[in-house]
Amino acid sequence: MVVFLPYLWLMLFFVAPFVIVLKISFADVDLAIPPYTPLLQWTEKNVLAVKLNFNNYSFLFTDRLYINAFLNSIKVAFISTLLCLVVGYPMAYGIARAKSSTRNFLLLLVILPFWTSLLLRVYAWIGLLKANGVINNVLISLGLIHEPLTMLYTPFAMYVGIVYSYLPFLILPLYANLEKMDWTLLEAAEDLGCRPWQAFYKITLPLSRNGILAGSMLVFIPAVGEFVIPALLGGPNALMIGRILWDEFFSNRAWPVASAVAILLLILLVPFMMWYQSIQARESAGAR
Amino acid sequence: MNQRRSIFIISCLAFGYAFLYIPILSMVVFSFNASKLVTVWDSANSPTLKWYYSLLKNEEILDAAWISLKVAVINASGSVILGTLTGFALSRFTNFRGRFTLNAMATAPLVMPEVITGLSLLLLFVAMEQLIGWPAGRGITTMTLSHMTFSMAYVTVVVQSRLATFDTALEEAAMDLGARPLKVFFVITMPIIFPAILSGWLLAFTLSWDDLVISSFTSGPGSSTLPMVVFSKVRLGVSPEINVLATLTISAVTLIIVGVSLWMARAGRIEKAPA
Repeated sequence: MVVFLPYLWLMLFFVAPFVIVLKISFADVDLAIPPYTPLLQWTEKNVLAVKLNFNNYSFLFTDRLYINAFLNSIKVAFISTLLCLVVGYPMAYGIARAKSSTRNFLLLLVILPFWTSLLLRVYAWIGLLKANGVINNVLISLGLIHEPLTMLYTPFAMYVGIVYSYLPFLILPLYANLEKMDWTLLEAAEDLGCRPWQAFYKITLPLSRNGILAGSMLVFIPAVGEFVIPALLGGPNALMIGRILWDEFFSNRAWPVASAVAILLLILLVPFMMWYQSIQARESAGAR
Repeated sequence: MNQRRSIFIISCLAFGYAFLYIPILSMVVFSFNASKLVTVWDSANSPTLKWYYSLLKNEEILDAAWISLKVAVINASGSVILGTLTGFALSRFTNFRGRFTLNAMATAPLVMPEVITGLSLLLLFVAMEQLIGWPAGRGITTMTLSHMTFSMAYVTVVVQSRLATFDTALEEAAMDLGARPLKVFFVITMPIIFPAILSGWLLAFTLSWDDLVISSFTSGPGSSTLPMVVFSKVRLGVSPEINVLATLTISAVTLIIVGVSLWMARAGRIEKAPA
């Protein structure tokens, strides 16, 4: 019973939907409600015929728009993950090495933004980045620039938005990992003549490998399919696959094409998800 | 710690926290700005509460907030039940057929891009409506079901990690003394993991309250949630009322989170105190 209910729920609302998406990705766009052709059709002699239509997929592979969007999404997600690591690693490290009284407060400060709406936090950056926005006003009044910089609706704005929104997802698993670290190892290394940077590179970094990987996956995987941030900060030319899927569905009402995009995105991301799961399994095995 | 290293770490922390909080503070400050040009400070007439009044009179936003509230409360309560069951199953029954599948299914929604979850759930609801006539049309029901599917994953993780840290000897002792499994769960397990269940509820509430993408796919006419209304407004440009909404959200979240963590810290101290 305890196992059965969640199992049934997830089978119905998590696994079954993918089967339907797969099915509809082989259908054809139709002017009907719902707007796609049925896959199984009764032909005249009471024979059930399966009509598989690979056009959606061949369309995705021939139109450069989709391939570019896929490649661009991977690139943006990868660079954002690296930037998150650059900003987040020292923070997680600093929190893990803080006194335990300040540590909880510092952690709370990381968690708080995560509890406030992503949409509102992304919206805040519009106010900061736009031509007559806060950053430009400050820079002009300091006399550093004379013309406002164009920041909003550029790739720069998109990277800022993604790093900003996903930073807590990277810091928290990394902190959980670093917190368990035996710091006497670092002291030993330094006693034996390692310089601080060498000790970090040789001891801290390899030992926090699982934290780095888990945090990076939590940023990279959702960022590839991100919709809100490119839609609000990236401008009309921000080709991200999540946005393409959204437009195919809502603007073009091309449900089969949207489904095919979803299936390809899923195929791309499943290896990373499995990798993430195996890291998690290793982490919890190590904790016991 | 080495002096130079600690200066480096402290400046990294300062930069990181500034990065996290400057956007939030800017919304709070500009919510009191009189000018309609959101980011230009009108020092003659500010600070003012006029956008607070106009938000409270905005029917569209209030209606959407009411729908969001209903969905979030039902979702949080449902996902707590499902997530606790899943977390319990995964941490207490280590050997059952399908454990691997359940674990994979329960954690995959954490990283699944929202556009995929949204699209796939919508297509499921359309297919179900064709097949069995339920759920008829899209609206609050379909949104709640979808939110529960991804929120329960977060509850599962929270409950599971709490269960992993506490001593199963307590449960075993109760069983040895003749308590039935159900009684053990409600008398021993539940009170101990209650903080995790509470955080799970709050987390599920927040995830649902903030969700834009999955709601957009699975909602129907006349059931726009707060994030959907905010998104359509923000797409047209910045609006002072959104700053007010953000300020109110941030204040509520801060109060609740700080309150709950203080309460938990106290409960934790009592638990650890020698009897």
